[in-house]
Amino acid sequence: MSEILTPSPTDPPPAETLLEATSISKSFGPVEVLRDIGLRLVPGEVHAIIGENGAGKSTLMKILSGHLAPSKGTLKVNGEKTAFTGPVDAEERGIVLVHQEILLAPDLTVAQNIYLGRELRRGIVLDERTMAEGAHRAVLDLGADIDPKTVVNRLSIAQRQLVQIARALLVPHRIVIFDEPTASLTPVETKALLKVIGAIKAKNAAILYISHRLPEVKTIADRVTVLRDGKLVGTYDAANLEPVDMARLMVGRDVSKLYPERAEAKTGETVLEVENMTVPGFTRNASFSLKRGEILGFAGLVGAGRTELLEGIIGLRPANGSVRLNGNAVQFKNSKQSMEAGIVYLSEDRKGKGLLLGQSLKINLTLAGLDKFVRGMLIDRRREDQALDQAIRDFDIRTRNRDLLAGQLSGGNQQKLLLAKMMLLGPKVVVIDEPTRGIDIGTKEQIYKFITGLAAEGKSVIVISSEMPELIGICDRIIVMRNGEIAGEVAGEHMTEAEIVVLATGATMKEAALVAEGA
Amino acid sequence: MSNTTAAQPAKRSLGDIDLRAVAPFVALAVLFVFGAMVNPNFLGLDNLTNVVTRSAFIAIIAIGATFVISAGGLDLSVGSMAAFVAGTMILFLNTGAVAGDSGMIAAAMCLALATGALCGLANGLITTLGRIEPFIVTLGTMGIFRALTIYLAEGGSIAMKSQELRAAYRPIYFGNVLGVPIPVIVILVVAILGAFILYRTRFGRHVMAVGSNEEVARYSGISVNRVRTLTYVIQGICVAIAVLVYVPRLGAATPTTGLLWELQAITAVVIGGTALRGGVGRIWGTICGALILELVGNIMVLSDMVSEYLIGAVQGAIIIIAMLIQRSLGRR
Repeated sequence: MSEILTPSPTDPPPAETLLEATSISKSFGPVEVLRDIGLRLVPGEVHAIIGENGAGKSTLMKILSGHLAPSKGTLKVNGEKTAFTGPVDAEERGIVLVHQEILLAPDLTVAQNIYLGRELRRGIVLDERTMAEGAHRAVLDLGADIDPKTVVNRLSIAQRQLVQIARALLVPHRIVIFDEPTASLTPVETKALLKVIGAIKAKNAAILYISHRLPEVKTIADRVTVLRDGKLVGTYDAANLEPVDMARLMVGRDVSKLYPERAEAKTGETVLEVENMTVPGFTRNASFSLKRGEILGFAGLVGAGRTELLEGIIGLRPANGSVRLNGNAVQFKNSKQSMEAGIVYLSEDRKGKGLLLGQSLKINLTLAGLDKFVRGMLIDRRREDQALDQAIRDFDIRTRNRDLLAGQLSGGNQQKLLLAKMMLLGPKVVVIDEPTRGIDIGTKEQIYKFITGLAAEGKSVIVISSEMPELIGICDRIIVMRNGEIAGEVAGEHMTEAEIVVLATGATMKEAALVAEGA
Repeated sequence: MSNTTAAQPAKRSLGDIDLRAVAPFVALAVLFVFGAMVNPNFLGLDNLTNVVTRSAFIAIIAIGATFVISAGGLDLSVGSMAAFVAGTMILFLNTGAVAGDSGMIAAAMCLALATGALCGLANGLITTLGRIEPFIVTLGTMGIFRALTIYLAEGGSIAMKSQELRAAYRPIYFGNVLGVPIPVIVILVVAILGAFILYRTRFGRHVMAVGSNEEVARYSGISVNRVRTLTYVIQGICVAIAVLVYVPRLGAATPTTGLLWELQAITAVVIGGTALRGGVGRIWGTICGALILELVGNIMVLSDMVSEYLIGAVQGAIIIIAMLIQRSLGRR
């Protein structure tokens, strides 16, 4: 594998190390999620951490910010060996974590949120004025002029994120950890955030930056550390590393083979027609159609209404609009009806809506298609066992033994089990929501193969995904949603990240290009 | 890769046995040994038959409770419901509406079963359609059923008037078939039916699924409300079956009929290893739990170690201890 390590790892920077992690390992029970990770942070650097889902990035960040204790290895802060007792301890040593999710009290004001848990007082009375001034200064420092008396739920997502950052930075800090801060931001907002990071850097703090957006990493990072399967691949100078190199390092091989080759799609007659579908509170007047043998992608930002639209169509949510299946008007009141009509939906929330984690593989496998296993009144357990054997073979479910609980499988194997469960119904239309979320790269490839295989068999597939390369890699056509409406559709040579971003965010092509390709 | 073993069923070894499933039977065995040490009469056939017979009401109700709790629900109204069903059944018996003793009794039994099923249906529909916590709903119906009973009895008790009818009905509690008391047979039949439904039918599988995770069940095409409601109907029918055995015992329903039965039924279910959060139901464990409760009372009476007035306290302590044991076994 050494031939792909074209960029040579950077030498550890000299002296003045803010934070040094040596041989960090972390296991949860028998599962080792991090092995022997070493990392050094120096003042004034933006240090990006990249890796596939499940590579161990979040675990590493949690260890560095005191949320988790390492199983093995040592941490040194300012050259002093340290074992954090918790996140508060880490904060006291100048390490702050900016969470990915927004953790603010929506009904409190900006100032109240920024000072939450560390309110200033005069005697026993809150010192509102000093806090308001401090909060205002804190957001101004980030280049935003937000009135500190504004209630947080009246702010935009980007503004809330700034407030959250301001809150984190109120602690005297030397190291700031950003966990995927741009995941839900528009290109313009992303640009503003990157400016903020520049400002923090200018004050000689170190920044740890986790992101999936490689062009963005290229733009902002000084050094890049790559993790793969819980192991350290290496630390590199960002200047020598192009996004495509990063991807290769993350995956460990040439990434162009990730998506299966597809013969020219042989799509047939229209199977599903949706017109003016409105899911109250989520989507308005969405119309689209799906052909036999087609793979149709749904792209859009988080909250654009993709999941809700499909859930509305198949009867999992109240919705209005017309749905025609094979030319016949249908209206599904619940998922049983849509399943019987031949449409299955695999939820993005595998653990919460897809599988019974506390039950056996067999019970999970046959739950939706149980009718097929009932003889008279009895469930035919032997046929259930046979079905499980079959599923384990067909879907390559890797399990130590077949009496495990679904919750004991890895994310990838859970997804395969969920696929097997729904395929037992013999569907004609398969809707897969975030098919590879939290799944390792090897399994991803299998899932892609499986999805394209379904289409080749003449089934129609809808894939909802937030990973644009994935949609571009396997879909015939991609519908892009924005704010609950279908913003447009791309196909053929127009299936590029830039065009999707334009539709998904309403940005101009130029702005989108900045984000998609790195300014 | 060791996944070549994937397709083979795992071999059972001692380490694989689920301690939570076995624990109640171990506790029962320990109680037997303890009881035998305390009083030699304990192991006598008469005493043991008596204990099992007396556990019938709680055991039968607890089988229904196993369904409700497995599906993630709770029914606090069973004791009051038993009093209400018994009261209406006796009032009907007293009307003499049907000719012939056995005809009269059969009709009254049918009425009791229908009343129980309807009471359960009410609990189920209010819980599911009203989207109210079952704890609150059944707390409410508990008060309603109790008050209705007292109202029907005009503050006193409702007793069977006809002596012939009493005599004809008496064997259902006091009689036996080939030496096996009829209440014991009823327990067995209800338990076998319950186990069959819970473990071998589609409905039983759906009960477990709904109790494990309602959302997963919904996304799997299961009608969650229907399943939930039916568990309450099953609970109501079980209460009515218990009443069928209860009425010939005293021939009367009083304001204290079924008092604290909900506590005992839930205790039996929990001791038996059914998870209170739903998703795991153990019918035979429940039967075992009901026996444990009755045995503890029996040993207390036979031993003089603790005043029998404290039986309620001991039973209350048992449910807490059972939960603590479940927790610690679950955490391993």
